Amino acid sequence: MEPITQLRSKTVVIANSDIDTDQIIPARFLTTTDQDGLGKYVFADWRFDDKGDSIEDFVLNKTEANDCGVLVAGHNFGCGSSREHAAWALRDFGFRAVVSTSIADIFRSNALKNGIVPVEVNDDTHQWLLANPRCEVTIDIGHSVLRLPNGTQCVFSIDSFARHCLLYGVDPLGYLLSQEQAISTYERSHPCGQ
Amino acid sequence: MENSPKTLFEKVWEDHLVTSETEETPAVLYVDLHLIHEVTSPQAFSSLRERGLRVRRPERTLATMDHSTPTRADVLYGGMPKGAAQNQIATLEGNCKEFGIELYDLKSKQRGIVHVMGPELGATQPGSTIVCGDSHTSTHGAFGALAFGIGTTEVAHVLATQSLLQRKPKTLGINIKGTLGKSVTAKDLILAIIGKIGVDGGTGHVIEYRGDAISAMSMDARMTVCNMSIEAGARAGLIAPDETTYHYLEGRPMCPTGTDWDHAVARWQQLKTDEGAAFDKEIHFDATALEPMITYGTNPGMMMPITGRVPANEGDAALNRALDYMGIAPGEPLMGRPIDVVFVGSCTNARLSDLRQAAVLMAGRRVASGVRMLVVPGSQEIKRRAEAEGLAQVFVDAGAEWRESGCSMCIAMNGDSVGPGQYAVSTSNRNFEGRQGTGARTFLASPLTAAAAAVSGCISDPRQFLN
Repeated sequence: MEPITQLRSKTVVIANSDIDTDQIIPARFLTTTDQDGLGKYVFADWRFDDKGDSIEDFVLNKTEANDCGVLVAGHNFGCGSSREHAAWALRDFGFRAVVSTSIADIFRSNALKNGIVPVEVNDDTHQWLLANPRCEVTIDIGHSVLRLPNGTQCVFSIDSFARHCLLYGVDPLGYLLSQEQAISTYERSHPCGQ
Repeated sequence: MENSPKTLFEKVWEDHLVTSETEETPAVLYVDLHLIHEVTSPQAFSSLRERGLRVRRPERTLATMDHSTPTRADVLYGGMPKGAAQNQIATLEGNCKEFGIELYDLKSKQRGIVHVMGPELGATQPGSTIVCGDSHTSTHGAFGALAFGIGTTEVAHVLATQSLLQRKPKTLGINIKGTLGKSVTAKDLILAIIGKIGVDGGTGHVIEYRGDAISAMSMDARMTVCNMSIEAGARAGLIAPDETTYHYLEGRPMCPTGTDWDHAVARWQQLKTDEGAAFDKEIHFDATALEPMITYGTNPGMMMPITGRVPANEGDAALNRALDYMGIAPGEPLMGRPIDVVFVGSCTNARLSDLRQAAVLMAGRRVASGVRMLVVPGSQEIKRRAEAEGLAQVFVDAGAEWRESGCSMCIAMNGDSVGPGQYAVSTSNRNFEGRQGTGARTFLASPLTAAAAAVSGCISDPRQFLN
C-alpha cells in the first residue's frame, strides 16, 4: 500500500444513517473472485433503476461527485455484512476517506486495509459537513485531524498501529509474519484442543 | 491481576494472546478454528499465492460452500450452470486442494451453512477462538467461543499466520431474566434486544448474554440469539457453556472422547464470568412480557410486537425512508397485511428445532393461495433428520418448496430471491433494502410467525394458531 500522510479532497454527502454494506455493494455482485473493478457496483441499487438506467438525482450520479474523494455519511456507516468488497468498491470508485459520527467495526477494519481512512467526528463537525457538501477538507493522518474550510479542526481517533500502517505504507501481514517466533511458542504451549 | 474477577470474554481473550497489545501495536490473537466459504476467500488465497505463502495450519481450517450454492437438487447435483457462482465454487475447490484444507463440497453429506455446520460437527467448542469471513460468525458464541467475522484481508492473515491483529474490545453484559411466553422464541428476544439497544448499540463491544432466560434455552435458541449480535453492531456475542452445551456437544465427530472429553468439560466449566467481574456496560432485560416480534423497516432495529403499530414520526428521515421503501404508512398495524413469500431458513433460524416449530404450526394446514414458501434447512444433516422425522413431508404437503441446504434467500446470491416490491416474511437476519432481492421488502420474524404468515397469507400472530 502506498504511504499516505494527508488527504485533501472535496466531499460528497450521503446523509442516510445506518448505511449497510448491502447498500454499498449488493450481494449479487459478490460472485467475483477478484477485488478489482468493483467501483461500478458501488451503491448500485441507489444509482440505477430496475432497467439499469442512472437515477439522476442520486448524488453519486452527478458530475459534481466525480472529483470527490471523501464520503460524508450518516451515523453508523458500513454496518452489516463483513464483505470487504464494500471497501474495494468504494476505493475503486475513488473514495479515500469516509466521515461519519460512527463507523461499524468490521467495515472500519476493512477500510483501513485498503487505504480508506475512517474518520469519526463529533456531531457539530458532522452537521457542518452534511450542510456543506462539496467542501474541500484536509485529513491530516499524522495528527489525526480533519480540517474544514472554515478553519475548524476536528481531532479524530485512529488506532496508532493503523495510522502507522497508513503513514508508512506498512502491510499488517508483514508485521504478523514477523511474529512467527511468538506464534510458534504459543502453539507449543497450547497444543490442539488445550 | 491474575486473581481479579474476570468476564468470560476476558478469560477467552487472555487465553489466546500470542502477544499483548501495547499503545503502538495491537494484540496478536491466536485463532483456533478458521471457517472459510466460497465468497470471501478467493482473494485471500490469491494474496497468499502472490506472496508465496502457505496455509500455516490447514488442519485448523474448515471450508464449506453455502452462499452462492443452488438449493434445487437438480441444479446442485446435475451440475451448476457455467457462470460466476460456479467459478467461485470451482475456485474454492482448487484452493482447498492446493493448500490442503478439508472441504465439505457440494456432494458432502455434512455440508451446510458454515455457522450451522461448525457446531453440528463439534468443531465449535467452548473457550476457543473462531473466525470466518462472514459477520454471522457471532453464532458460535453460543458455545462460549469468542467468534467474530473478519474481512478478506484478515482471512489471508489467518490463513498465513493462524493469528489476527486485534485491539481488545469492550464488554457489554445483557442480563435477561424471566421466562419467554408460549410461542415467543429466541428470535423474538434478540429482535427485542436489538430494538432496545439499536443497530449500533453493540459497536466496539463483545456482548455476553446471561440470566435465566438464556440458561433455559436450547443450543439452537442460543445460536439464534448470538447470531444476531452483529445486527446490534457487536463484535461478537457470548453465552457461558453449561450442561446444555456439553449435552449438545458430546459425541459430535470433532469433539474429544473418553477421558479427553472429561478433561475438556472440566476446563469448560471454568468458562463463566466471575462473581464481581465488571462489564464496560450492562443492561437488564425482562423476557416475560415479550410478544412475538416483527420488523417493519429496513434494519433489524426497526421492530415491534406483532400486535403493534408501525411508529409515526414525521421528523425521522431514516424511518420515513424505510417506510417509503417498505410501502407502509406510519401508524399502520402490520397484522393482516398480505404477503407474497415466506422464507424459513438461514444461519439464524434453519436448525432442526426451528423447522419443528414451523412444522407444528403448519401440520394439517396449507400454504395460502398466492403465497410462495421456501423451506431451506441449515445443513444436509438437518435436511436428513427433518425428512426422517416427517417435518419435510409437512412442508411439502402444505405446498411449500423443500430444498437442499444453503444461505439461499437470506442473501439471494444463488437464484433464490424475493421479487421487486414483493413482501416476504423471513426467518433470516437482515431486512436491509434489496437484501432478499432487488426491491424486495422483508419482515424479519421467528419460524412460528413465518409459518403463521404462510398459512394465512398475511402477517399473523402465531399464538392464534397454537393452543
